[in-house]
Amino acid sequence: MLKSRTIRSWYWVHKWSSLVCTLFLLMLCLTGLPLIFRDEIDAAFGHDAPAAELPEGTPDASLDRIVAAGRQRYPQEYVRSLFWDEDRPHVVNLFLAAGPDTDDPARNRFMAFDARTAQLLDEHQPSLDFMSVMLRLHEELFLDLPGELFLGLMGLLFVASIVSGVVVYGPFMRKLEFGTVRRDKSRRVRWLDLHNLLGITILLWILVVGATGVMNTLATPLFGLWRAQALPVLLAQYRGKPMPEVAQFGSLDQAVASARQALPGNEIGSVVFPTARFGSPRHYIIWTKGQTPVTSRLFTPVLVDVQTNALTQAQGLPWYLRALEVSRPLHFGDYGGLPLKIIWALLDVVAIVVLGSGLYLWLARRKSPIEARIAEIERGEVYAFETAQVTTQ
Amino acid sequence: MKTTEATALPRRSTAWRVFRIPALLAAVSIFGLISALLGDGIWNALSWGALGVPLLVIAYFSLKPAST
Repeated sequence: MLKSRTIRSWYWVHKWSSLVCTLFLLMLCLTGLPLIFRDEIDAAFGHDAPAAELPEGTPDASLDRIVAAGRQRYPQEYVRSLFWDEDRPHVVNLFLAAGPDTDDPARNRFMAFDARTAQLLDEHQPSLDFMSVMLRLHEELFLDLPGELFLGLMGLLFVASIVSGVVVYGPFMRKLEFGTVRRDKSRRVRWLDLHNLLGITILLWILVVGATGVMNTLATPLFGLWRAQALPVLLAQYRGKPMPEVAQFGSLDQAVASARQALPGNEIGSVVFPTARFGSPRHYIIWTKGQTPVTSRLFTPVLVDVQTNALTQAQGLPWYLRALEVSRPLHFGDYGGLPLKIIWALLDVVAIVVLGSGLYLWLARRKSPIEARIAEIERGEVYAFETAQVTTQ
Repeated sequence: MKTTEATALPRRSTAWRVFRIPALLAAVSIFGLISALLGDGIWNALSWGALGVPLLVIAYFSLKPAST
């Protein structure tokens, strides 16, 4: 199949790309395991009160009333976003922060309102509980953007180790039937066979989860790119004017109504209030999404002038953010009910075994002399050859 | 088993012999990953079935008693 020098180069790629990323990948697989069931865990341990029992068809209260209630309770804080709860029907949440662009985690706060009565249901400040520690380790190692990008780099190395692993799988398995586990040989050979079997069997899943994970680490720069492309044109007319005061903000109900009118087929998920850092300093950004299984993954932002309530823009996102949106479910495994999440978790456990056995194979080999290490692949083929002879006779 | 084929086309058939099952598993996995994305109900069930295949393959070969 391949020349032995070519095999050796691919093997070198497999060894080094794996060695550099394995410990981080083990961390990602371990922290990812509870994150697969994040919704279920949050629902089981959450302190969220449901909305009131009201007759079907009870109309929603004014959003402006809900926002005003939040501002009244915390006059020093800024309502940065509003979002409809995905797990609790008829519940609208507010996110309050120290200011439109200032970050002070100690002042961040969530408030949940009954969408139909505008009553405050509960409020809490984000705390560093078990799940948020898992999430922060998994996303950014508590290092924010540099951590995200570093994990993206580790993910790229992981993809390289998967691809090179598939290439060296060929010569390793030349004389072996698929799925052979040589139990009668040494412990190391047995683990080598299991490493090969498990790795090649979950190949496509692990490649997709790895590649979509890399894609997700680029979320911050990609959203920044979109803002840099889309906003200057829209903001040119306001050049030199100060950011509007909260008292000058127009009606959110009207803004949402014009978003509904612009995209009647879409469902409205959240609103980002004026902010220079995370949205637009001059607009309500109303995030809408489709209602079919496919289009519900694709978001379309509607920009409404925060002072005049004029509809500024309602168009789909560029291809790179569409790609990011589609990559998300494929990474999280949250798009096919609980059984899919369980399968995701089992495949994740298999991935942990592949990573662990790979590490073991390297550690165990280090005890053997360097000549034997160089002859690793040939030796693998000798074992393979012997076994093939035994089985064919 | 397929010795005649192997002697006739050694290079291609070796790669084919080694990679045909992995290729089949990859195809089944792609179908499983995409089907739940395309729809609910039956599409979800098809996805569970398809992505369950690699797990069953692993369970079968890693728990299979050593052949003598």
